[in-house]
Amino acid sequence: MKKCFRVVGLGAFLWAFNGEAETVFVSLEKDNAIAVVDPVAGKLLKTVAVGRRPRGIALSTDAKFLYVAVSDDNIIKKFNADTLTELADLPSGNDPETFALSPVDKRMYVSNEDDSQISVIDVDKKTVLTRIPVGVEPEGIAVSPDNQWVVSASETTNMVHWIETKNYTRVANTLVDPRPRALTFTADSKQVWVTSEMAGKLMVLDAKTKQIIKELVFEVEGVTAEKIQPVGLLVDKHMQRAYVALGPANRIAVINVANLTVEKMLLVGARVWNIAFSADQKYLYSANGLSNDMSIIDLEQLKVIRSIGVGTNPWGLAVKP
Amino acid sequence: MTFTKQSKYLWLTVFIGLSLFFVNQVEAKSTVKPASLLTVNIAILAQLDKPAINLSIIDPVVLDKGELGAELAIQENNITGEFIGQSFTLKKFIVPANAHAETVFNEHIVGKFNYLVTLLSPEKTLAIADLARQQALLILDAATVDDSLRNTDCRESVLHLLPSRAMRADALGQYSIKKRWHRWFLVVGAEPADQLFAEALKRTAKRFNIKIVAEKQWSHTFDARKTAQAEIDVFTQIEDDYDVMVVADEQNLFGEYLDYQTWSPRPIIGTQGLSAVAWHPTHDLWGATQIQKRFKTQAGRWMNEQDYAAYLAIRALGEAVTRTHSSAWQALKNFMLSDRFVLQGYKGSALSFRAWDGQLRQPILLAAPRSLVAVAPIEGFLHPKTELDTLGYDAPESLCKRKE
Repeated sequence: MKKCFRVVGLGAFLWAFNGEAETVFVSLEKDNAIAVVDPVAGKLLKTVAVGRRPRGIALSTDAKFLYVAVSDDNIIKKFNADTLTELADLPSGNDPETFALSPVDKRMYVSNEDDSQISVIDVDKKTVLTRIPVGVEPEGIAVSPDNQWVVSASETTNMVHWIETKNYTRVANTLVDPRPRALTFTADSKQVWVTSEMAGKLMVLDAKTKQIIKELVFEVEGVTAEKIQPVGLLVDKHMQRAYVALGPANRIAVINVANLTVEKMLLVGARVWNIAFSADQKYLYSANGLSNDMSIIDLEQLKVIRSIGVGTNPWGLAVKP
Repeated sequence: MTFTKQSKYLWLTVFIGLSLFFVNQVEAKSTVKPASLLTVNIAILAQLDKPAINLSIIDPVVLDKGELGAELAIQENNITGEFIGQSFTLKKFIVPANAHAETVFNEHIVGKFNYLVTLLSPEKTLAIADLARQQALLILDAATVDDSLRNTDCRESVLHLLPSRAMRADALGQYSIKKRWHRWFLVVGAEPADQLFAEALKRTAKRFNIKIVAEKQWSHTFDARKTAQAEIDVFTQIEDDYDVMVVADEQNLFGEYLDYQTWSPRPIIGTQGLSAVAWHPTHDLWGATQIQKRFKTQAGRWMNEQDYAAYLAIRALGEAVTRTHSSAWQALKNFMLSDRFVLQGYKGSALSFRAWDGQLRQPILLAAPRSLVAVAPIEGFLHPKTELDTLGYDAPESLCKRKE
């Protein structure tokens, strides 16, 4: 562990951030707050109280509003993304952990972990349109860029559930490896990438057949298989590289999309959880749950260039251009 | 007992027969099922203990054993099953303390079920395992912690869900090494089980080069509840200094009284104080909060170790059926003992069974009454295959001679 910080420390010495000015919001599960970070200055600007146990965090497509799932208060809060003043509460159902926003219509899909349901919310009207039963402990959730599908991963049932957005019905279920945590669509909406925390695996699902078409088991030298627990993941917009946070293995795997191989392992902080791209996708930010910091990765050099202390148990990130 | 709307809905899919306790109204409602429905029938055999006397008024007296954990798991199996055409039933056989579990087994279980979750004493578990020899029956033991049942008395058809005493003692040993508690003062209760835990602790001490500077037996010659203050001072005054007092009191008959009353101010670990357990109400890591809440909503109390073990037993079967698309007991058993089997158990590592003795590989929680202190294996205790096997009897040490 000590070694890990030394490496990151060295990176900080060579610190150079050439990206656009932007703001990174980090939800802090145990501080009941969000951290506001300026990645250009490499500094934590402030911490803003938001409610009990904030986890899922995302911006509206126009970046005007910030939504935070405040799990223990059983609501999702809407903030003005510039001033961070609270605007409204959304009725999210019990224990909202994660949610996904539709890219076109004003719909929000919320995982209600305790109720084995997905709530569909009309963001403007602040009403629940419907609830869709899924497997036990739904967590990861994503909407396809073409707005046709919502996919939900249930951690205990070990399935990806496919929900059609046109009528909010679950039409298919794909059995995946144990404890699927996070999932994401590729930019062309043709694939869903899913991580299995317990099997240490990445699975690629075909959106047409709903079948697993490719798999990748992660291995890290000097780290036992049990510590390799993939969670947050992203595929870049050109579908060239994907990035997978490996949880307590303290690394982010850089994956070549074309041949599904690991190009590089980047040592970040302890129990790296969720990740987010900078608006220009030149940088990657990671929330490191147990070392209470956020790493900045330069994606051209594939190097960790900075780590910034943000608060207790950073969970998720949202980037405002 | 109150149920949320959702859990009521879940109950519809669950068949519960012969439930003498916590009988709930299960409405009959036909749901559309896929054509090729695979049904797995599981029996649970529990024998009630004679009610123990609780030292503290805040501890609830829990009479049921792990049945409520099994019920939660059956519901979860059925939610998954509904998506892929598999269904699970649970039939409960609950035997009074003075009755013969063997009779119930012979009359109602053997030949009728392939899967049995037992919540029995070590003696009864062994007796049932012997009756099940040559039978198509997989036994999932959700109650015993005995090392003998995992070594010389091991049986091929038995899987053990709870960590053995040796695993618990090793967890305490690893943490002691981390904290540099190299000198133990061992205090052992009068029950036979306490002797067994003391033996496990001595094995650990030897493994980790911990010195047991003194060992004393608590004799119960007086009512500890009344005269503890004076007696414990005298009892714990020993010549040598020690780092930590290690208690073996599995029935919780006196151990709670030691803390703050010892002659020297030293922490208490073992069965009281900092204890090594499979599950604990303070555990909230790795998504444990979710199952803690689910269980509490349904059962009206915290989940205990046996609930957790019975939950895992049935989830393990569910996972095996889901992955193999089979309900054939030999296929499931082989799969469960293979390295392809992984079970999620809210403890940060994938759980699996040790092929050499049927013991579930799992992290062990080191918990104080109000906080989770550490989780073993402790970082730095290495193993060529899996660090989980630094706890308890590893393959080369095992005295279990299973055929496979």
